[in-house]
Amino acid sequence: MRRPTKARWVLRIVVVAYLFLLVIWPVALVAKATFAHGLGPVITALTEPEVVFAFELTISVAFWAVVLNTIFGVGISLLLVRYTFPGRRALNALVDLPLSVSPIVVGLALLLVYSGRTGWLGRTLESAGLQVIYAPPGIILATAFVSVPVVVREIVPVLHEIGTEQEQAARSLGASGLQTFLRITLPAIRWALLYGVVLSLARSLGEYGAVKIVSGGVAMRTQTATLLVEERYQQFGAANATTAYAAAFVLALLAVVALIIVTSLRPDKENS
Amino acid sequence: MTQTAPPPAAPAAAPGDRRRRGRAATSLGAASGLGLGIALVWFSLLVLIPLTAVLVQASAGGWSTYWSILTNAQTVAALELTVGQAVLVTAVNVVIGTAIAWVLVRDHFPGKRVLEVVIDIPFALPTIVAGLVLLSLYGPSSPLGLNWANTQIAVFLAFLFVTLPFIVRTVEPVLIELEPEVEEAAASLGASRFTTFRMIILPSLAPAITSGAALSFARAISEYGSLVLLSGNLPYSTEVASVRILSFVEGDNLVDAAAVASILLLVALVVIVALDVLSRRVARYG
Amino acid sequence: MSIRISGVGKSFGGFTALADIDLDIATGELTALLGPSGGGKSTLLRIIAGLEVADTGSVEIEGVDATRLPAQKRNVGFVFQHYAAFRHLSVAGNVSFGLKIRKRPRKEITARVAELLELVHLSQFADRLPAQLSGGQRQRMALARALAIEPTVLLLDEPFGALDAKVRRELRNWLRRLHDEVHVTTVFVTHDQEEALEVADRIVVINHGRIEQVGSPDELYDRPASEFVMSFLGPVTTLHGHLVRPHDLEIETRPFGGATPGWVERFTRVGFEVRLDVRLDDGAATSSVLVTLTRADATAKGLAEGVQVWIKPVAGASRVRIGTPTEDVRNADSSLNAVDAVSEPTFS
Repeated sequence: MRRPTKARWVLRIVVVAYLFLLVIWPVALVAKATFAHGLGPVITALTEPEVVFAFELTISVAFWAVVLNTIFGVGISLLLVRYTFPGRRALNALVDLPLSVSPIVVGLALLLVYSGRTGWLGRTLESAGLQVIYAPPGIILATAFVSVPVVVREIVPVLHEIGTEQEQAARSLGASGLQTFLRITLPAIRWALLYGVVLSLARSLGEYGAVKIVSGGVAMRTQTATLLVEERYQQFGAANATTAYAAAFVLALLAVVALIIVTSLRPDKENS
Repeated sequence: MTQTAPPPAAPAAAPGDRRRRGRAATSLGAASGLGLGIALVWFSLLVLIPLTAVLVQASAGGWSTYWSILTNAQTVAALELTVGQAVLVTAVNVVIGTAIAWVLVRDHFPGKRVLEVVIDIPFALPTIVAGLVLLSLYGPSSPLGLNWANTQIAVFLAFLFVTLPFIVRTVEPVLIELEPEVEEAAASLGASRFTTFRMIILPSLAPAITSGAALSFARAISEYGSLVLLSGNLPYSTEVASVRILSFVEGDNLVDAAAVASILLLVALVVIVALDVLSRRVARYG
Repeated sequence: MSIRISGVGKSFGGFTALADIDLDIATGELTALLGPSGGGKSTLLRIIAGLEVADTGSVEIEGVDATRLPAQKRNVGFVFQHYAAFRHLSVAGNVSFGLKIRKRPRKEITARVAELLELVHLSQFADRLPAQLSGGQRQRMALARALAIEPTVLLLDEPFGALDAKVRRELRNWLRRLHDEVHVTTVFVTHDQEEALEVADRIVVINHGRIEQVGSPDELYDRPASEFVMSFLGPVTTLHGHLVRPHDLEIETRPFGGATPGWVERFTRVGFEVRLDVRLDDGAATSSVLVTLTRADATAKGLAEGVQVWIKPVAGASRVRIGTPTEDVRNADSSLNAVDAVSEPTFS
């Protein structure tokens, strides 16, 4: 079983070829297309005011979405693992729901509730002066929705694994709930937390379908980077194409960097 | 091994597994009760209420309206295309995903770490960029001379791309946990490598493959972003369910949109429940 | 000869696990491979099973050269320390696995499985999953599974290592009785000398990839071939440059023929046994001599801390001169070892 048999080689080749044709080559081609006319046009494209705005919006939206998901994610994880209450099993299963829901459905759902005109809550909020749909808050909600399970899924297994002994020890030494959390629990889950944060950041930066519905895509107002890519690609002109590719390239780069961070975190996590 | 969180091995926290160390699940006190309340409010505002709104809106016109929307020819075509391609893609993923997981866990060659990152790319990449990526190799300017843009093959490819990590990530941890002694035991009892794989390894992987397949299917039917640029969204030809919903939304026809969306939602719920049931079954094996 | 091992060697990278092993195991015998962890005994067992391939040498099973034969074809039953249960199969499913592979008729399989489950007292668990059994029950299932294929040889790799002490003792006796009933050639690996001494017909002591000694439990305990064997198989203490068993030392509170003077530095009582650390009067900065005797004896002789005593090995006590090199004895004949008969000490 140690000698590389024929079957082993066949498997290797099939797998590598599949990944090459599906992922590696296409991604490389996009990188090539981006810089087809050199670095200059790319820089020009990326410094366009609309592009800059789009990325600023995307980053700030992603930031808030991740903050929300981290805070509530940790809270929900603790509740799911350390406590029992009626409906826990249902909540546990429902937390995974956003993962399997179409982004279009997400957009529609948020629209139905928060739309200024017809939304269940949106009407009230609009009259109070808070516009959700077609404004950044809506984009934040849409972005947060899809990443809800990410942090939870990472932390829950770790909470299970470390058990309550350390926390109980802290309590017996006189620590309050908050102190226990900050000094004992949080350090124990920090790698899982970091992993979850980076991953949800990557997903948040790249959200498209849900954002398309709730944001309206107005340039310099509510147009995120992903919406910009779509808009520019569908317009004519080499400059627009370059802008589309440049923005796409930056998004792809951010995604890959996040993945590399996360991949190198994993072995550390296993060793700790 | 790398495991990205969302393609999971099982839904978070298999409840009721009393075997876990230090499992002192306490009932809620005042502070944690408040915490639960806040968390539930946030979760409701963000997820539960909006999704319920979809279901409510879908049934707004009554059963007959609901039914007529769903039996609309263009909608039926979209649903057929979506489900059909999703099933096909899931079938492919079962085989290739298991193979990829096997190579990642059991095989060792230089550059294997790179493959770990490659597999997660479809998960982290914005879907609109995914469309651009696939277009570069399978669209009009393809170096291979292929041009599958605006065809059903494009839909197939897009689904294949976005569902790549799911089965790999659910199977990998199980493969890692497999005791080599179990395979040695099978060998000592006379089983060939293939028989061992068929009768011992595969059954152990079956639950993981199934949960990965369920997630893969749910993800595929939900896909939208990569198809925008790649498939042309041609009605009756390359229009998938999510595109159909979007066109209703853009036409301010929220009832129709909600009706079709409810189908997708229902499938998602079924998948979640199935995974929960599956994880309990698996917990029996210890 | 059931198993004949000739010149077997195995290295892992730079580490030599086994060096030039020759060993014969007779048919129907219950043999223990005994030694410290990392000594090579598991590697040897796995080479016999075909789960590892030796770098050099040959393995013959019942006269057939099995050296290049894969494990599947050797018809050996193997039992692992952590059971290696097929988790998704029931107990009956596990036990019948080998027979199903061999495409035996259904009726035969059912009958044989029932017979074996009866033998290992697991009949009422036939439809349970391994996860629902205790460790001891899982190991009995593993044994039944290995025996189902009617193996030429039964090999067990630290079979009771994962179980707690009480279960270990129970299963140890049970294995002995099973062997008496079933009579298949059995080899088991253990690092527990008590287990080997209690269960085996013959013991092979392996250390650092070499065979230190082969012999019956009595031979090994009473006539050890080297320091290592003597100290590994039982308690030892040092007296006048020899290793000797602490319970083989005569002790009195007055001088007697050939005895060495000293005094009781420490008196410890463990249950019925009394352990004395005796510091000798010869002034050498050696550690004290350990003497053990029953509590009754200790009381009768008036022993206590601080008391002056005289000690001497009893007649016929086994001793090994310290500094005896480990002999690589082929099929070590226990009568040719380095123990010398107790004689009068040469000091004045």
